[in-house]
Amino acid sequence: MDLRADHFALFGLNRAFRLDLSDLDSRYRDIQAQVHPDRFVNAGDAERRLSMQWATHANEAYQTLKKPLERAKYLLQLDGHDIQAENNTAMPADFLMEQMEWREAVMEARTGGDHHELEHLHNRLRADISTRYEELGDLLEQGEAVLATDRVRRLMFLEKLLYEIDDALASLEE
Amino acid sequence: MALFQIAEPGESAAPHEHKLAIGIDLGTTNSLVATVRSGLAVCLNDEHGRALLPSVVRYHADNSTVVGYDAQTKQAVDPRNTIVSVKRFMGRGLKDIAHVESMPYDFVEAPGMVKVKTIAGIKSPVEVSAEILKSLKERAEVALAGELVGAVITVPAYFDDAQRQATKDAAKLAGLNVLRLLNEPTAAAIAYGLDNAAEGVYAVYDLGGGTFDISILKLTKGVFEVMATGGDSALGGDDFDHRIFCWVIEQAKLQPLSPEDARLLMMRCREAKEYLTNNPQAQITVRLSSGEVVDITLDVATFAEIAQTLISKTMQPVKKALRDAGLRADDVKGVVMVGGSTRMPQVQKAVGDFFRQEPLTNLDPDKVVALGAATQANLLVGNKTGKDDWLLLDVIPLSLGLETMGGLTEKVIPRNATIPTARAQEFTTFKDGQTAMAIHVVQGERELVADCRSLARFELRGIPPMVAGAARIRVTFQVDADGLLSVSAREQTTGVESSVTVKPSYGLSDDEIAGMLKDSMEHAKDDAMNRALKEAIVEAQRMIEATEAAMKEDPHLLNEAETAKIVATIDKLRQTMAGDNRRHINLAMDDLGFETQAFAHRRMDQSIKKVLSGRKVDDIKMGEDA
Repeated sequence: MDLRADHFALFGLNRAFRLDLSDLDSRYRDIQAQVHPDRFVNAGDAERRLSMQWATHANEAYQTLKKPLERAKYLLQLDGHDIQAENNTAMPADFLMEQMEWREAVMEARTGGDHHELEHLHNRLRADISTRYEELGDLLEQGEAVLATDRVRRLMFLEKLLYEIDDALASLEE
Repeated sequence: MALFQIAEPGESAAPHEHKLAIGIDLGTTNSLVATVRSGLAVCLNDEHGRALLPSVVRYHADNSTVVGYDAQTKQAVDPRNTIVSVKRFMGRGLKDIAHVESMPYDFVEAPGMVKVKTIAGIKSPVEVSAEILKSLKERAEVALAGELVGAVITVPAYFDDAQRQATKDAAKLAGLNVLRLLNEPTAAAIAYGLDNAAEGVYAVYDLGGGTFDISILKLTKGVFEVMATGGDSALGGDDFDHRIFCWVIEQAKLQPLSPEDARLLMMRCREAKEYLTNNPQAQITVRLSSGEVVDITLDVATFAEIAQTLISKTMQPVKKALRDAGLRADDVKGVVMVGGSTRMPQVQKAVGDFFRQEPLTNLDPDKVVALGAATQANLLVGNKTGKDDWLLLDVIPLSLGLETMGGLTEKVIPRNATIPTARAQEFTTFKDGQTAMAIHVVQGERELVADCRSLARFELRGIPPMVAGAARIRVTFQVDADGLLSVSAREQTTGVESSVTVKPSYGLSDDEIAGMLKDSMEHAKDDAMNRALKEAIVEAQRMIEATEAAMKEDPHLLNEAETAKIVATIDKLRQTMAGDNRRHINLAMDDLGFETQAFAHRRMDQSIKKVLSGRKVDDIKMGEDA
């Protein structure tokens, strides 16, 4: 085991998109219980430095595996597929149209102060996103990396949209 | 130096050495020190039986100081030299401090942090805080009759890097070995959670004298996980006093007051606020130096109105923290109230209304932070009794970023990231032959650099000249378990690796601390040199103990030659400790560090493998069952 091991190996997990989150939580805590700097307050410099590196590594690995989008990106990246999020905006026209409609609906509800409508949009998008993660999981299991990469890019748009809806909801509450 | 210790009930039969560790709540208004005695966290009282030490320092012309109640009684007599609420100035420039106009001090603007001109010379807030810490340290040494191994010092969760660094510097200056900087709400959660065996999501609402924190924590078996934190490091009980103060001035149509009168009136306002906690109205009576008498009645309804804006100001961070944690108010199982200012019924009502439940106030809101800090200190030094074990996972309160083109910030580490955390970013040159590059690190959530706090500006020099865009400079930002940032950089294309470690600019250099130490020692018995030597010996002793314990635990991880080498290095270190040359001790410590590096790697490796192998066995079993 060294600091270059991949995030799945760190937690003793197989490389897979579908994982049991509560199991991941407890593995993460078990590792932190061993390596956290609080365990090495009385140790020598070398051990203290190592402990910080390991705890940092465990935090990063946990954050990546915890969120499905990050996890999918990471899996694809381990497999040599770059998401190229910033450079690649060539999305299919129908997807982009759909996005624009969503955005218009959010904007309208936001300017109109329509809390109820925003909640509704939030729930609808939530459901849509979780269906898409199911599909993404299947694609990754079937080794359809190119298709999976495309689905990840779409999900990046949708997650961002979901964040904006939440943002609008929060600003209405203030 | 080993102390005889009687084994406590429930402890293992072989009495191990009980190490003396303390927790300090360095508050805006009051400070406290606590320790764990016979398995129970207790506050240590002064000779009059008082746990609180008012965070007030008075300087005399001969550079001697008075700290606590005796200084507090002099604040209206000698306001310029009697520093109250110094915590508000920690790591802050003059422009960051609210209500400067109603403060009696002679401020001196200094790079990074404001200073105060007193009769004993110019004092930095770090020095003033160190006086408070020294006083608590002495109290603990007398009460515990022994040498302290170390201290956990609490800071508001919302303190930024500059404020944390300043606090750590103050502790160093006071001669304390800082085991950890601990966030105040987290400390409270430890005291509360361990007491009540709580599980689930809890909110800690901490309104102190000068700071406000909200932390959302998830408590599961033995783990305190901070999910999000928020707050305002310049909002507290002092602001309520100030509002009453302004109200009195307006009602009584007072002319601008002298520093003495202002201080006196402010004290009366605070007393009135406290009185209103249990009474329908309070009388504010002050005889000004002009002979004029102010006599005014403040009733609860008027106070509630005055306080309303401030209380609602605390609710914004509460909402934001909940949102960052991905939770709603209903998900919160309990709300723990911390800080003297939560005694105000108006605050309790607002918090209760928001979370739709009665807030928890069964622990003394003044003491709970110190008790939690002591509990954590006891764990950190290794005084644990088998079952008492827990893990704390805390977060960084504010995002760290870099200045990019056009004065914009680029986030490098997001707020609420679990610490320790790190992130590396790659940069390149934009001109042919460019050999230097400026980097500006900021902290805050705003998009414009100007709206964030500037932490450090530094220049990377010695980049090998190349065509534009060819150099690859990797800058690593590391936030440690105290929430403190360090930055290192290296250029990695040419094989010529240059690496710098940058200490943020607001912090004090070790030389500056040494200088302050020397200044403060001129009036003490032993000099700074002696103390530095003593500290090196303590540090070396600690290192030897740690190494020997590790060798005893894992002898199989070393071969004979390695064991012999380490033993010889320890012997050499012991020899230097008998002498009086600090440099020799430090060199010998470096040697020991070097010799034990591979061993440390193997031990870490082993403990991680142990966790994983335990897991794998479980997995197999589960597979068979299914």
